[in-house]
Amino acid sequence: MAHAHESSKKRIWIVLIMLTLITTVEVALGIVKPPYLHLTSILGTSPLNWIFIILTLVKAYYITWAFMHMEGEKKWLRRSVVWTAVFLICYLVTLLLIEGGYLYSTLAPLVKW
Amino acid sequence: MEVNIAIPSDSKETWNGGGVKPFGASYGKMMMWFFIVSDALTFSGFLAAYGLTRFKFIDSWPIADEVFTHFPGLHGVHAPMYYVALMTFILIVSSVTMVLAVDAGHEMKQKKVAWYMFATIIFGIIFVGSQAWEWKNFISGSYGSVKTADGKILQFVKEGHQIALSDFVVNKRTDERVQHTKYNGLWFEKEETISTYSIAQIKEAYQSNSEIQIRSELIDLETKQKVILSREEGLAQLSKTKLVVEGANLEVNEYGNTIFADFFFFITGFHGFHVFSGIIINIIVFFNVIIGTYERRGHYEMVEKVGLYWHFVDLVWVFVFTFFYLV
Repeated sequence: MAHAHESSKKRIWIVLIMLTLITTVEVALGIVKPPYLHLTSILGTSPLNWIFIILTLVKAYYITWAFMHMEGEKKWLRRSVVWTAVFLICYLVTLLLIEGGYLYSTLAPLVKW
Repeated sequence: MEVNIAIPSDSKETWNGGGVKPFGASYGKMMMWFFIVSDALTFSGFLAAYGLTRFKFIDSWPIADEVFTHFPGLHGVHAPMYYVALMTFILIVSSVTMVLAVDAGHEMKQKKVAWYMFATIIFGIIFVGSQAWEWKNFISGSYGSVKTADGKILQFVKEGHQIALSDFVVNKRTDERVQHTKYNGLWFEKEETISTYSIAQIKEAYQSNSEIQIRSELIDLETKQKVILSREEGLAQLSKTKLVVEGANLEVNEYGNTIFADFFFFITGFHGFHVFSGIIINIIVFFNVIIGTYERRGHYEMVEKVGLYWHFVDLVWVFVFTFFYLV
């Protein structure tokens, strides 16, 4: 538990600045919504959405690694937590989103606007 | 080599696995991690269900920055997202004070740990309070809309911007309909709150003001904006009105799909409940720090464990923020 906490304060502040910056960028993009990012499509959704998702994952990385101190844990504790969660979440999300798309394609033609 | 089996020990050791440290972490800390994994799966189940439903109604889902537009002190100003951004920042700051508490715990500085825990609790309370305010705005609504017999929400716009019912319907409710309460009616029967205006009155106001248009739930996939109906189409839709909707509950809301509000209440509510329990646990640990429990124990690992939970709550919010407000 006593590992390397001499430099951890500096790292904490750097991570705070990073998280704040990322959130600011996200909110700014969300308000401006540049048409070339918002109205175009790449890999099933707009580039803007991909930017949001990637930035979110970057934030998640910083919170888990720096704040929750995952970087200081033993390799296999880290893997048993991260791999399990990442695999199951990807699996669940993939199946449900495919199902959601199918429901849309089946039900939407029946809705009269 | 450490062997990961439980070793019989006296009862004092029961809660830390007999001193065995699988993965080099104490038993309690490892179990906190595994609890977090399972809780993360619960939240991702909710968010994935939200994703499924949104994909199912991809052509009519409410647009978040048209729903969450309030900021404290700014009345009538269209301020999408600023408030949630502020909430996110507050939660991140509370995470930082938490991690500073853990850090001070490593250095065995009791006073510092107590102060940082205190700050964390305060920021947590501010966050939950902000969420309550957000709920209040969501529930009371700001524009009002009508719902047609075939279940569609119609909103009113003027020059492309959404306007409230009170902006174009003049006078008070004209059909003299009064709220049924137990004092003026049957004491054993209740009535849902009646709307500010009657359906006929809204229709009349729409017809008499040619600047007002109706916005449907349908999204134009080219512009990603809600479709605004022509005056004639709007009147045709408006004639099918069966309900005036102001605000939101679990059955109907002025923003669009019913299930949108349901997910909002459920997911942010479940997260808010996590924050609330986090605050309670933080308070317990805070008092333990003050009375010197961990000083006597010789380490501040409890602060570290509750810290893990607190950071996890922050982590979940980062995802809720993205998928509810941004994407």
